[in-house]
Amino acid sequence: MGKPETVVDKIWKKHVVHQEEGKPDLLYIDQHLVHEVTSPQAFEGLRLTNRKVRRPDLTFATMDHNVPTKNRHVVKDEISKKQMETLKQNCADFGIKLADMFHPDQGIVHVIGPQLGLTQPGKTIVCGDSHTSTHGAFGALAFGIGTSEVEHVLATQTIWQERPKSLNVKVIGDLGPGVTAKDLILAIIAKFGVRFGTGYVMEYTGDAIRNLSMEGRMTICNMSIEAGARAGLISPDQKTIDYLEGREYVPKGDAFEKAAEEWLALATDEGATYDHTVTIHADEIEPQVTWGTNPGMCVPVGGNTPIVADSDHKEDVKRALEYMGLEENQPITSIEIDHVFIGSCTNSRLGDLEKAAAIVKGRKVKDHIKAIVVPGSFSVKLQAEEAGLDKVFTEAGFEWRESGCSMCLGMNDDIVPAGGRCASTSNRNFEGRQGNGARTHLVSPEMAAAAAIEGRFVDVRNFAGVLS
Amino acid sequence: MEAIQEHKGLVYPLDRSNVDTDQIIPKQFLKRIERTGFGEFLFYNWRFDDDGNPREDFTLNQQAYKNSSILLAGENFGCGSSREHAPWALTDFGFKVILAPSFADIFYNNALKNGIIPIKMEEEQLNEWMQEATDSQFVLHVDLLNQQISDEKGNVITFDIPEYHKEKLLNGWDDIALTLLQEDKILAYEASRN
Repeated sequence: MGKPETVVDKIWKKHVVHQEEGKPDLLYIDQHLVHEVTSPQAFEGLRLTNRKVRRPDLTFATMDHNVPTKNRHVVKDEISKKQMETLKQNCADFGIKLADMFHPDQGIVHVIGPQLGLTQPGKTIVCGDSHTSTHGAFGALAFGIGTSEVEHVLATQTIWQERPKSLNVKVIGDLGPGVTAKDLILAIIAKFGVRFGTGYVMEYTGDAIRNLSMEGRMTICNMSIEAGARAGLISPDQKTIDYLEGREYVPKGDAFEKAAEEWLALATDEGATYDHTVTIHADEIEPQVTWGTNPGMCVPVGGNTPIVADSDHKEDVKRALEYMGLEENQPITSIEIDHVFIGSCTNSRLGDLEKAAAIVKGRKVKDHIKAIVVPGSFSVKLQAEEAGLDKVFTEAGFEWRESGCSMCLGMNDDIVPAGGRCASTSNRNFEGRQGNGARTHLVSPEMAAAAAIEGRFVDVRNFAGVLS
Repeated sequence: MEAIQEHKGLVYPLDRSNVDTDQIIPKQFLKRIERTGFGEFLFYNWRFDDDGNPREDFTLNQQAYKNSSILLAGENFGCGSSREHAPWALTDFGFKVILAPSFADIFYNNALKNGIIPIKMEEEQLNEWMQEATDSQFVLHVDLLNQQISDEKGNVITFDIPEYHKEKLLNGWDDIALTLLQEDKILAYEASRN
């Protein structure tokens, strides 16, 4: 037996194409995911230099950021339309598979990768999108890149990467009833801050992580970037294998058995060491609500907004409260909302929708609230409809939409108006993220659903029927 | 990308931490398919009101700062979205150098690919310069070759930057062309996996 290794050590050494003293390593990329917003300039670069896409077979494209979630065929914004047409043309010219707006495989890029089985343990995966960390849930090394790097990967199927430091985020104990993966990751970011992961790959370990569903693990890894880490990942286990079996791009039969064996062997070895380890007690975590303008500005639902004078970052806290239209020391449960968004690459999978539906079933959304559910993919939408979830939501007063990124970043028509306040299952509460002047509170799907019913934030654990 | 060996320019102080790329260039401007023309939308929601009129209280709109080319900012500059539109907007506006105590990883890389020098520096000196630049017009001289920054009062500090990044900035090298020099290794790697 050699030295015990982490899952990252194992993936890294299998992908080094070239190594030189004092330089980053040249890593091979197994899967490149492409979408309409961060790719046009990359393809343009290839044309200008007369270069080809080296491995169209390892590249997969979809449209998600701009797509309308109602009246799919009407893209009112001419520039959005042009961006999507450009992707279509680029994929045709360079021989890349594309799931366009009307394709059954269409969806948010980080939802369809796992769903199609393009995401697999041990792969290196990149995409021109910071939430690429999502795919780490499968024990893949996955990170977001800029457009110049997109062009680089298209042309060379490789990327120069400095070996990141390793950070073990160990979550011991178990999450209580009504407390979700979203609450866990928000609590981690609130505790350690929005830059504690900078320069690291975060590996989530411990019983609480093992006990999460694959969907829960995706939610956790998705928000690694909000802690500053480009990548977050979880060692593969039997759950990972079970999730992937039978998916379109996953090997079949004997080849699957062989792959599964290799995948399980990627898990971090007993005794492997990390550059840094932090420990979190899952049983202490409560449902979370962000109050400010970055994901670390977050407290348990039973808490209050901070007191400026008591804060280490007075100016930041003051600015954030002002932008959010909140008082200091204000109870979270006194905050009234007017928008609810259930969706995004963080929380738009079938399990998320099922849990939110269980809360709203037989209840009504408060009169003045505009509430929308945006499934993460066309396939998630179909499965939800087969289970009757669309009816549960629409009968309660939610709008049931087509799949896309939607109100997470408001590049299409799904925007929160200035001064509007949204309970959102997405990942960023930055100023103006959901619309210029919009105020975003990040929560779990269950908490968003409960807020839609009550018109303000409530502890979902006290919500009738949740814990029974 | 254009080579850059040194730069002398007017400093703009942005005394905020965790400036995310949504602030640097809001989403409504990500729909263009070109790399150019993003400068006028830089920090859009801070620079302009709901009707598109410049906000005079945002100092970058003031005459004194209009020609600044060195940005001083707080910790974790460029966090959030991976959009390269952020450095495109900064460079199109005229910024060549960014000084901050820390940068978000993806932004740091994206800046380098566009000939912007992102320099991590310790907070004490940065805060002093932040104050100077807030009080009056303030010029810094950044010498990449010797890894030094000097002000006009004779204060000089040195900074760290990985040698390979420095080399690329100094020469304005095309990353892809450099990588393709290793094409035999990529081919060998692909062959070994089949």
